[in-house]
Amino acid sequence: MSEGVKKFLYVNRKAPHGTIYALEALEVVLIGAAFEQDVSLAFLDDGVFQLVKGWDTSELGSKNFQPTYTALGDYDISKVFVERESLEERGLTEADLLELTYEDEDDDWAEKSSIRVVSREEMAEIMAENDVILSF
Amino acid sequence: MAYEVNGKTVEHDEEGYITNLSDWSKELAEVIAKEENIDMTDEHWEVVNFLREYYDEYQIAPAIRVLVKAMKKKFGPEKGNNKYLYELFPYGPAKQACKIAGLPKPTGCV
Amino acid sequence: MAMLHIVNKSPYETGTLESCLNHAREGDTVLLIEDAVYAAMKGGRAANALSAAKGVKFAALSADLKARGIGEDRIVEGTAVVDYGGFVDLVVANDKTQSWL
Repeated sequence: MSEGVKKFLYVNRKAPHGTIYALEALEVVLIGAAFEQDVSLAFLDDGVFQLVKGWDTSELGSKNFQPTYTALGDYDISKVFVERESLEERGLTEADLLELTYEDEDDDWAEKSSIRVVSREEMAEIMAENDVILSF
Repeated sequence: MAYEVNGKTVEHDEEGYITNLSDWSKELAEVIAKEENIDMTDEHWEVVNFLREYYDEYQIAPAIRVLVKAMKKKFGPEKGNNKYLYELFPYGPAKQACKIAGLPKPTGCV
Repeated sequence: MAMLHIVNKSPYETGTLESCLNHAREGDTVLLIEDAVYAAMKGGRAANALSAAKGVKFAALSADLKARGIGEDRIVEGTAVVDYGGFVDLVVANDKTQSWL
């Protein structure tokens, strides 16, 4: 890893519409992506609800920012960790989640999934491995 | 603060980005372009239309780096590069082109 | 590579402390501030969770304990009571900080 590059982990633990946290986190991630750091996203607890596909916010009268998650790959964000226990506790599986992809520069720009479902223990390790943790 | 188009006023913020995205029209784009000292050619429209499509799909105006990459993918390296885009929009392609396209200021454009 | 976890919600209102304890690792410290200090009270259900977290250190902020009328004698054993200076020391002593919102 080159000098000056830090590992940033954005931790998402809130459901999408009840508070402004989810949208704010997404905007911070996109803005932060301009600084070319090593960025990962973590979704656990109610944060996993952010990735459940099929939002229709038309009757809420608020912007549907779900499509924006699918732009993360364009912003070179290819590591999205989702906690398995959090999914299971909520009756969810990986099939309920948005498809998030990125193009792998080292593999002839092949399209690959960004989502990695990890155990609670692995999530704790991921948190420990990162240099900076930003929680939302 | 507002633009005048065909006798209609369209509100904008202090930087010239329109307040209500649904107020946009091709005529309005020409008016904003004139204020930016840009003569809209087919090449300009290609970028503006591309930005509108990007916004439609992802609900964000892309940062310049992302715009270059996406343009390269769609139109090839002759158009997907900083030089080409800056020649069309000298004060910053993401900024100026987004303004003309009626989009918010790009996310990641500080 | 120890981490300081900061929790500010009552364990009787949200699952934040529980989630934090599920992800804290040996050598980490959990600092309880604001309504999270209620977790450190002896006899409460949350106090059991604190004693069950092996290898994790606990601290509670004195200003928040005092404000809530919680004397140090009511604090579960093993939880350090720290003032604002102690808060800063904990931030310095750990490699990184995670605020559990």
